[in-house]
Amino acid sequence: MQLSSKHLLGIRDLLPGDIHLILDTARQFKEVLQRPIKKVPSLRDITIVNLFYENSTRTRISFELAEKRLSADTINFSASGSSVSKGETLLDTVNNILSMKVDMVVMRHSATGAPHFLAQHIPAAIVNAGDGINEHPTQALLDALSITEKLGTLQGKKIAIIGDIMHSRVAMSNIYLLTKMGAEVTLAGPPTLIPKHIKDSFGVNVTYSVEEALKWCDVANVLRIQLERQNQVLFSSLREYNQAYGITRKLLDTIDKEILIMHPGPINRGVELDSDVADSGQSLILDQVENGVAVRMAVLYLLSGRKDSTS
Amino acid sequence: MKGVNTIMEEDQLKLTLKRLAHELIENHFPFDNTCIIGIQPRGIAISDFITQYIQEIHPEVKINYGKLDITFYRDDFRGQIHIPNITDLPFSIEGKKVILIDDVLYTGRTIRAAMDALLDNGRAQKVELCILVDRKFSRELPIQPDYVGKSIDSIVTQKVKVIWGDEKRVILYDSM
Repeated sequence: MQLSSKHLLGIRDLLPGDIHLILDTARQFKEVLQRPIKKVPSLRDITIVNLFYENSTRTRISFELAEKRLSADTINFSASGSSVSKGETLLDTVNNILSMKVDMVVMRHSATGAPHFLAQHIPAAIVNAGDGINEHPTQALLDALSITEKLGTLQGKKIAIIGDIMHSRVAMSNIYLLTKMGAEVTLAGPPTLIPKHIKDSFGVNVTYSVEEALKWCDVANVLRIQLERQNQVLFSSLREYNQAYGITRKLLDTIDKEILIMHPGPINRGVELDSDVADSGQSLILDQVENGVAVRMAVLYLLSGRKDSTS
Repeated sequence: MKGVNTIMEEDQLKLTLKRLAHELIENHFPFDNTCIIGIQPRGIAISDFITQYIQEIHPEVKINYGKLDITFYRDDFRGQIHIPNITDLPFSIEGKKVILIDDVLYTGRTIRAAMDALLDNGRAQKVELCILVDRKFSRELPIQPDYVGKSIDSIVTQKVKVIWGDEKRVILYDSM
């Protein structure tokens, strides 16, 4: 049994069986992370480059830790301070790194499709750690692991994704994953931040009322307002956004059930999520971060073990 | 499956496992500083049986019994992904005597991986190996069992399988 794909470019390309395999493997890695020696020798003959063309805290640390827990050798590359500023192309940079005998590439890029482009031109296995506004597959997988830990399964569960859907690769990967696994998805947020045709294209519900979405759902996945990707005015002010679409304690108190709150980080406290919600017992935010390492270990382990992955 | 030979029938299989249990009792009673660990996935049926049997004849002792998965420690996973099983060690092995139990000892590579996996959980005082079927003269690593159910001669193209369902027996068959 192995993954159907040589790379992890997006959830879009995965089969439900692949997702089950990754989540089952991740649960075993979670147990490894509880041990006195939190390290296994599985990838000791593998070298991985972390290629980050865009800023990251959680994802980069999480990938690096996952690689180290698997005993892989790692190289970190960030675009600032490299020859990228001298005008070297993406493909040249990667080919130069690969000629130093690197087996796998973990990459984040601000351009949608950058890892897909690389996958056509280089032999190494590629893990997408976020590309533009397209996908962030490992985030969706760790979200799924966090939800199944609390609710047992995704089948038939109601998940609301709230906020800046338009600029969110986390939303895209979550929509693909949740619909493949039989969960119901509702998107909520201001009309300017939800793409028009998403309802018909992906089989999800759309509402412009956050309150309605919260009343409906079992889990609310709250997204960050991505100001760095918004080059036009899509809502009037952050304060107004908070009042109309932010998750506040007052709002949660009006619904009669305890829903789970998730956020991929980094949080804009007091904008999409208030502090007393983010730090409360119903928040899964730190579980998500913890599960991130196990999920990434599972992905790297499964990709490295494919017959055609290393020559 | 071709050329199937039954090397142990159910009665003999159970008798052998009980004998192994008695050997463990002889060396380790009352099991206060000893733990029994079955190797996932196929050692578990054997270790379950042995542990339950010891518990039946000595209900007063408390046996530390765990399960160990070695998937992440294998040296042959490149080329074939093994799906991990559950590791369940609800105690510390620090300073304890550990009895590893598996069904078949062949090249010794599984046991090498099991020792690495085990020692990542702490420093055991001593590690012993209990095996149902020992395939003689086929070792690729210097590993020998302390307790053996049955030693057999076999060739590379043959495989040994412990069938542990409603019907229980050990078979030797041609894999080619």
